[in-house]
Amino acid sequence: MAKSAGLTAAREKVGRRSADSSKPPRYSAAGLLSRGARKTTWPRVWRDVPLQKTYDVVIIGGGVHGLATAYYLATNHGITNVAVVDKSYLGSGGSGRNTAIVRSNYLTPEGVAFYDRSLDLYNSMSLDLNINVMFSERGHMTLAHTDSALRTMNWRAEVNKLQDINSSVIGPEDVKKLAPSLDTSSDPRYPILGALYHPPGGTIRHDAVVWGYARGADHRGVEMHQKTEVLDILVEGGDGPDGKGPGGKVTGVRTSRGDISAPIVVNCTAGWATLISDMAGVKLPISTRPLQAAVTEPVKVFLPTVVVSGSLHVYVSQTDRGELVFGASVDPFNTYQVRGSLDFTEELAGHVLELMPGISRMRLLRQWAGLCDMTPDYSPVMGFTPVEGFLCDVGWGTYGFKAGPVSGEQMAECVATQQTPKLIEPFRLERFSTGKLVGEKGAAAVGH
Amino acid sequence: MLLVPCPNCGPRNASDLVYKGESHTRPDPNLVTEAEWRSYLYLEDNPAGWLRETWYCRSGCRRYFVLERDTTTNEFRNPPVPGAKIGGKA
Repeated sequence: MAKSAGLTAAREKVGRRSADSSKPPRYSAAGLLSRGARKTTWPRVWRDVPLQKTYDVVIIGGGVHGLATAYYLATNHGITNVAVVDKSYLGSGGSGRNTAIVRSNYLTPEGVAFYDRSLDLYNSMSLDLNINVMFSERGHMTLAHTDSALRTMNWRAEVNKLQDINSSVIGPEDVKKLAPSLDTSSDPRYPILGALYHPPGGTIRHDAVVWGYARGADHRGVEMHQKTEVLDILVEGGDGPDGKGPGGKVTGVRTSRGDISAPIVVNCTAGWATLISDMAGVKLPISTRPLQAAVTEPVKVFLPTVVVSGSLHVYVSQTDRGELVFGASVDPFNTYQVRGSLDFTEELAGHVLELMPGISRMRLLRQWAGLCDMTPDYSPVMGFTPVEGFLCDVGWGTYGFKAGPVSGEQMAECVATQQTPKLIEPFRLERFSTGKLVGEKGAAAVGH
Repeated sequence: MLLVPCPNCGPRNASDLVYKGESHTRPDPNLVTEAEWRSYLYLEDNPAGWLRETWYCRSGCRRYFVLERDTTTNEFRNPPVPGAKIGGKA
């Protein structure tokens, strides 16, 4: 890919909001007390500014991936003339619909290295972003109910250990010790034979992650434009119709609030990734499916770890408020609808009760769904595309939230240096034409 | 969830069937380039709108058939008639 001329200039240019005057008002206990005592209101966390005609970089999608990319562009690379556009409000898509679980116990060495970097960033995030993201490193347990599942767990544990990741296979007795509410007897249809235990895994407050990145990016001069829908991507010189497609070069985007010219456009959407890429003439190996989740009424804390069962298509964790949060596998057909279904609730209840018979009297409060962009190998599509200046950070299936920070960091590096960073090289779009897929099916989610 | 109009068994719950994905015409493996073959294998149209897709009636007639569905409303159109010629990616 050729170097984009706009960027070098951008790096020298000082952002519209200079670094010193933009010292964010820090969140602290003392600040909270004094505001409480003086009863003053909190200022707006990020600005609402008019849309400019040109930017150095336009990021489509105001979720954790888009905002993290903007944040790291500004902090690590000094590129601040950046707009993040979202057709709805920040964090309205997958970033606000996931079950907030983070972990790095993947199956392929490429995947493990990548997600582990994300976990590192999550670990220090509260300090880095000066916002309480409520990271709870409570441990993550993936149950095995069959011999073949146990084999995959052993495989994952060994791959993890080789990369210094705390991950091991434990027996049913230890499972019982960690989560006494689980039925570890031999009675169920799918008895628990063991588990992959990953102590660094846990849960995090997903909204705070979005807000933290948005606030951090805003203070460094990045502009966030909500309710700004991208209608078209302007490309010239391509092989396809209207000059789009491979060989073309991005000149900007057409939004519901007017045209923006920009040499670099990054697609950080989930659910609409193929629709946005189609606008640039880039075809992706992605099909969109909804994933449903549900939450129960709050009860006293009894489940100390995150529990996942691939065979039973369910993962469950208990929030600080005491609600159980359940997630499942993606719905069995492509659709852009995010409606809940009775099939999901029935299956979920049946499977959860097989794991934890004691909670049969608990009631579900609500269920919801989010769109997942599934790729054939359950790994994302990141980096450059055949259209110059159009980058993708898409195909995040059911594992996008836990990868948010590292994706932002790596995509920012990709944009700034115009080279694919080593960590995301395995996830390039070209892998589908060269056949070098990164098969994460065994560890990406449940029920595949 | 979703009632799928099977041409042989009538409307059935989607959980009785297997969704096989977008229905593309398989190119002749002896004539295509590697890139074309991989495009056929991996690339998807994934439209928000009408989609031609292949279903397999697992718990019923155990036949493959092609349907057209709007992925934004999940509405089917032109349901195939029993015995009609079927095709697409199996």
